[in-house]
Amino acid sequence: MSGHSEEAVSTAGGYEPKIMAFVCNWCTYAGADLAGTSRMEYRPNVRIIKLPCTGRIDPLFIIKAFENGADGVLVSGCHPGDCHYTTGNYHARRRWIGFKHLMEFAGIDMKRLHFSWVSASEAIKWVDLINNVTDEIKKLGPFMEYKGLKEKSAE
Amino acid sequence: MENTLRQKAKELLESGEVKVVIGYRWNRTRTRTTPVFITKPEDTDQLIFNPLCVNNLSLYLTRKFKDIQALGKPAIVAKGCDIKNIVVLITEAQVKREDVFIIGMVCNGMVYKQELWKGELTPQIMPTKCHNCDVRNPHVADFVIGERSTFTPPEKPEGMVFDKIKALDSKDPSERWAFWINEFSRCIKCYACRQVCSLCFCERCITEKNMPQWIETSAHPRGNLSWNLTRAMHLVGRCTFCGECERACPVNIPLNLINQKMIQVVGEAFDFKSGYDEKVHPPMIVFSPDDKENFIK
Repeated sequence: MSGHSEEAVSTAGGYEPKIMAFVCNWCTYAGADLAGTSRMEYRPNVRIIKLPCTGRIDPLFIIKAFENGADGVLVSGCHPGDCHYTTGNYHARRRWIGFKHLMEFAGIDMKRLHFSWVSASEAIKWVDLINNVTDEIKKLGPFMEYKGLKEKSAE
Repeated sequence: MENTLRQKAKELLESGEVKVVIGYRWNRTRTRTTPVFITKPEDTDQLIFNPLCVNNLSLYLTRKFKDIQALGKPAIVAKGCDIKNIVVLITEAQVKREDVFIIGMVCNGMVYKQELWKGELTPQIMPTKCHNCDVRNPHVADFVIGERSTFTPPEKPEGMVFDKIKALDSKDPSERWAFWINEFSRCIKCYACRQVCSLCFCERCITEKNMPQWIETSAHPRGNLSWNLTRAMHLVGRCTFCGECERACPVNIPLNLINQKMIQVVGEAFDFKSGYDEKVHPPMIVFSPDDKENFIK
């Protein structure tokens, strides 16, 4: 399961999506860590970026992930009320409400952009989440609309 | 109306209460209006006010214009919609309420673009914001000029912008995507939308941050999309729908659609309308534990 490049896809016949996950240090990352130490298996398509808090996640990170070839993006942090910094995820939630509607209005398929709360003890939820998101995006195929913009610009 | 304005401006400057009056004057050929900064009482006769005064002068209160700030306390000629922007600037601590003298102008609508003016104001040449305006009588002002307007906006906002948003919302995501990529592909990254916006007051814009290069500077579809999405995102909960960005856009990108859409989202999600109360924080810098959403699993 190492061939994620586009050439490998066409030769091997199977398509493996690239999924970026922006997670917070204190809950979701710990949850993913728990999944690892508990030897749970889940799809290897997800690339995790750890940030101090969901409040640190600038919407531009998500745009940048799509620009750099992500087929899907997952954003996850502590449940409301559980933030290590008390209020970071409340601020993040407000921002996501705006950003989600903006992306929807711009025409980005909401199956490619997922938001979630995963706590440090929810390793099973994390595993299910990654498996579901990966399968869903696998069905959709590569995000050619966004990737195509690069070629369009070369014209 | 103009006489009262000139007289008031003269009084303010003579008494030394303000050091500069920011207003409108005719251009040399008397076809358009242009901003003017009056510091001497004898120059106040230049001031005018008519349906061609579309510019949102609140721009000149921001720190983008340090030379104007250096002149001293300003008085500003402002329509209701401009006052909304001033209110946002106050809530964001860019200007103190007592540090600006607002000359509120009762307004009966403006032309959408100055070149449409044929000597008469008709509903056809007015922008959507004027048809739905609830601040024709200035809501925050130190001195109001003009006869009280009796206009009541329609209960449900209507007009071209709202119709287009509804039409876009009812389409497939892929159609919306095609629409916006087509519109944004014309963008030449002149940043006129940013320069003309009184709420884009960052001294260093995200586009100028190049370690790393967050937004691609060349004008191609991918960079254009990220610039326009980021600009819209930075105005969520702040934009007052003054429409200056679309008016300034040299390639006519319908930025009003995306801004008005976000205003609707903020209205529904946080029950907030920007630009009405200078004592309420903008929604994106505060939060409520009871915020409702249905997409975070």
